[in-house]
Amino acid sequence: MNRPGLYADSWRRLRRNQLALAGGLVVIALFVVSFLAPWLAPYDPAFIDVTSVLEGPSRAHPFGTDPLGRDVLSRMIWGSRISLKVGFVAVGLATLIGIFFGAVSGYYGGWVDAAVMRFVDLMLCFPAFFLILAVIAILEPSIWNIMIVIGVTGWMGVARLVRAEFLTLKSREFVLAARALGASDRRLIFAHLLPNALAPVLVSATLGVAGAILTESALSFLGIGVQPPTPSWGNILTEGKDNISLAWWLSLYPGLAILVTVLGYNLLGEGIRDSLDPRLRE
Amino acid sequence: MSSIRWSLVLVLFLLPVFVSACEEKTESTAVPAPAPRTDLDVPAYGDAIVDGSIGDASTMLPALASDSASRDIIGLVFNGLVKYDQDLNLVGDLAESWDISPDGLTITFHLRRNVKWHDGRPLTAQDVMFTYELMIDPKTPTAYAEDFKQVEKAEVVDDYTFRVTYPKPFAPALASWGFSIMPAHLLKGQDVTTTPLSRKPVGTGPYIFKEWQTGQQIILEANPDYFEGRPYISRYVYRIIPDLATMFLELKSGGIDRMGLTPIQYQRQTNEPEFEKNFKKYRYLSFAYTYLGFNRLDPKFQDKRVRQAIAYALNKEEIIEGVLLGLGRPANGPYKPGHWAYNEKVKPYPYDPDQAQQLLTQAGWRDTDRDGVLDKEGQPFQFTIITNQGNKQREMTALIIQQRLEQVGIRVKVRTIEWAAFLKEFIEKKNFEACILGWTIPMDPDLFDVWHSSKTRPGELNFVSYQNQEVDRLIDQGRYTFDQDKRKEAYHRIQELLHEDVPYVFLYVPDALPVVAARFHGIKPAPAGISYNFIKWYVPEHLQKYRLTP
Amino acid sequence: MLLYIAKRLILMLPLLIGITLVSFVVIHLAPGKPTDLATMMNPKASLEAKQRLEELYGLDQPLHIQYWNWLKRLAVLDFGRSFASDRELVLTKIGRRLPITILINVLSMALIFLVAIPIGVYSATHQNSLFDRGTTVFVFLGFATPTFWLALLLMILFGVHLGWLPISGLKSLNYDQLSPLGQIWDRTAHLILPVLLSAFGGLAGMSRYMRSNMLEVVRQDYITTARAKGLSERTVIYKHALRNALMPVITILGLSVPSLIGGSVIFESIFAIPGMGQLFYASVMSRDYPTVMGGLVIGAVLTLGGNLLADIGYALADPRIREARP
Repeated sequence: MNRPGLYADSWRRLRRNQLALAGGLVVIALFVVSFLAPWLAPYDPAFIDVTSVLEGPSRAHPFGTDPLGRDVLSRMIWGSRISLKVGFVAVGLATLIGIFFGAVSGYYGGWVDAAVMRFVDLMLCFPAFFLILAVIAILEPSIWNIMIVIGVTGWMGVARLVRAEFLTLKSREFVLAARALGASDRRLIFAHLLPNALAPVLVSATLGVAGAILTESALSFLGIGVQPPTPSWGNILTEGKDNISLAWWLSLYPGLAILVTVLGYNLLGEGIRDSLDPRLRE
Repeated sequence: MSSIRWSLVLVLFLLPVFVSACEEKTESTAVPAPAPRTDLDVPAYGDAIVDGSIGDASTMLPALASDSASRDIIGLVFNGLVKYDQDLNLVGDLAESWDISPDGLTITFHLRRNVKWHDGRPLTAQDVMFTYELMIDPKTPTAYAEDFKQVEKAEVVDDYTFRVTYPKPFAPALASWGFSIMPAHLLKGQDVTTTPLSRKPVGTGPYIFKEWQTGQQIILEANPDYFEGRPYISRYVYRIIPDLATMFLELKSGGIDRMGLTPIQYQRQTNEPEFEKNFKKYRYLSFAYTYLGFNRLDPKFQDKRVRQAIAYALNKEEIIEGVLLGLGRPANGPYKPGHWAYNEKVKPYPYDPDQAQQLLTQAGWRDTDRDGVLDKEGQPFQFTIITNQGNKQREMTALIIQQRLEQVGIRVKVRTIEWAAFLKEFIEKKNFEACILGWTIPMDPDLFDVWHSSKTRPGELNFVSYQNQEVDRLIDQGRYTFDQDKRKEAYHRIQELLHEDVPYVFLYVPDALPVVAARFHGIKPAPAGISYNFIKWYVPEHLQKYRLTP
Repeated sequence: MLLYIAKRLILMLPLLIGITLVSFVVIHLAPGKPTDLATMMNPKASLEAKQRLEELYGLDQPLHIQYWNWLKRLAVLDFGRSFASDRELVLTKIGRRLPITILINVLSMALIFLVAIPIGVYSATHQNSLFDRGTTVFVFLGFATPTFWLALLLMILFGVHLGWLPISGLKSLNYDQLSPLGQIWDRTAHLILPVLLSAFGGLAGMSRYMRSNMLEVVRQDYITTARAKGLSERTVIYKHALRNALMPVITILGLSVPSLIGGSVIFESIFAIPGMGQLFYASVMSRDYPTVMGGLVIGAVLTLGGNLLADIGYALADPRIREARP
């Protein structure tokens, strides 16, 4: 297998996929905005001004103000950091754990496989929400704890995917060939099986980032998201919920932001998947 | 006529049929009323009121119920011996009158003679006795036994006379008999935790229980034999809608007739002429206050000047403006303005950051390292305010306080904690520096449970560890006498002391903001609110919406 | 194969016990007892009253005794009584809310299958067409939109402004006075928005999965053979490709079994639907241990069963996996 060729080829295909490019742009924009937050935000996101409560978009406040008179635009800009962090840390953790268990399980088979799958079953029996609630009740609902909990409760899908891929690929000719040539376990896993198994994992990871962002907004809805006064798109959206017909800006902007970001990640992920998958080569 | 003409005639006849079939009504209930008489605004029987609630009731047995939704229903189905009238005076409910012996130790209740349970049996003093015995029974899992355990002796003098004796004159005793009386003939011998009566209550109240569709609605019907007269509104529906935004939409579309508005809804979302035509908004001071409590066991808060400084550093008007949109009053004690125990001479701390700075300097806090934060002996002045998750108003209050204290050099962190953990790990274990919480203001001004120094054990209500012997003495003075003037004197003095000591910074008393569909007449706002005369609310015949099949 | 199934079934029992043990420990790790919530912050409740309550509920016993007691009762399918002030049987409480949750989930899943599969197939056979790209964006929109946001918007549009659909709840106030046909329509009308929204969110997963399966299958040699044989494209796609692509999708049914009883608390609170999501959330927050454990046990049984079904499905679909099994 010619590795440099696979990736260059994939890159070329990705570039031609317009939807994926659009998604990629969104992701890059997110990175840029959250990085430059201190310089981009016109106001201190925590600055309370009770005389300008729930004002509509104006020149002073392009995205309006929230129930405490804080500037929504600044809060949105800083909130992107939460979305980014939640996405990466939570999903990164989940993906790493999932790849580990899935690869081990799929490659070695036998009782190892059985044991790992029973463990997966155990984890799956806990509704993720229950674990998140329990953890938040035990620990402080800080952004880190939330991310770790989302990660630790979300790896099972990845594990199953990786395992399924490994099982299918294990009996493919190229693997049998490599094994016949005397390749070690490690080489087989890392050089041959994993790259081919990565495609669904990548899609799962991007869907996972999307899911993590949505989970964060669900937690904010229930009041157990990030601590005040930290802004997140989820908690701005929740503030807007009770006043949805009055303060439409509190619902529209964070809702759109979540939508566009999640959409972007998904499209990008799908595009990567399409381009990496050797079976889809035209 | 030609066939075209016939077709036209046919269409003309059929048109109304089509139109009425296509008309979509979300709540199609109106049957056209016969010849509306718009000139009469006369109390009429009929119609139904749909009340919106965020939570469902959990049980309808008064002994077991601790949540507000259950109590809402119980309040309509049951009666106590006494109740509060529109001016917050204690008047008789099931008791026609009562006598207090000259030594203040015995109360004799004279029950009304024409009261019947919803199953037809008459109410007697045996029911009162049974209720008392049930409440003090160790097998009853109730949280409300305290007041009843103070009774030394209870006796049934005759079918309509009930007498209780206390070891000491106990002022809150009278109010404690406002507790719902339960039917002896239905509950005697039953296990209170498994009795079917907790889902199908039988009481003496103005409304009879009809149906409970768990999680959806509770339906009550007017009691035609109610001793104060049959309520005008024939049916009461308690609709459970857990989300406030959804509830508001239901209100606007007519799905519910009454709900409590948030300040924003009241001020900014209910001002269109369309809304004002169909709904009436009310506003009165509610029976609760919010406060910032200091943990007295924390060395930082042991100096009175520090607590007073913080009181000066806060701008209560700003908090009321931001959190309540102006719909509330500053609180400066444990009573609300208008109550007979309220001391008007005690003025709230004004917003005076300079005074605050002075007091802090006097107490030894200076900004020696010029980092914007005061310090003393190398320690910066910072602390965490905790409050419970899910209460947006308290959270917003904490953030405003955070900003103001920042301006005088105190760094504050805000932390919201899930309720059960909050109670267990932080309040009960006194593991906090400052907290933002609220108390409901009881009708009887007794302050024992919250302010007495003996109530500082883990799990008790004086969790800020406030200890003041003078206040203790005054609390006792206020509780153990029936003489209202003596009580008033004691409570006035307590408010002065609390003002000086600042165990809490009393923040605000919010307004209650109920809104009711305009067709309901007879609502008279008073210090007690608007629900005290609920049985007298009515809908004039020509405005009635729900025609109920008998 | 049968041996494998038997082995899995036997393994389920210790696994189930393990799950209940871990759940029990986790929920008790969260600070606070149900009796605390009923009595604290209540001026009328004394410490003695709290202690009395604790004894009544058995909360004063050490944890392992509490767990053992619970397990013993579970063995005879006695799920115990809830710690909420209604003190109802856990099974009653769950049984009351389960049907509506299952109904909505089943309807929603049916809708997803009906819509997502055709979308997936058509997207695959017309890869990169406008349809493919358009539906990609559409299904991801469904996934990306926060449910409560869209729900409120639709409620305002269809409920308040247009008045076509009811806003919340399961039936109208005058339900009892409607004709049987009217009642059916009433219930249906109340379910339209919840089911649609629930399905909208799940479209993405299923349709993408279907699409990728189809894409993979279409590139297989036997499809090329079929085409070479001169069969019409319709036969090729619908008779040969679809059947093979559909198989793994069926296994998703197995994996979806546990989610049938799960409700979203957010969704249910917005629509005022008394379902399992709210029950579970409220129970965790009020430390109603018996109800929490009851829900977890039922969920665990369904998950284990569903996983078994899914694995059987995988094995049936892919003979290579079958042979690789020990």
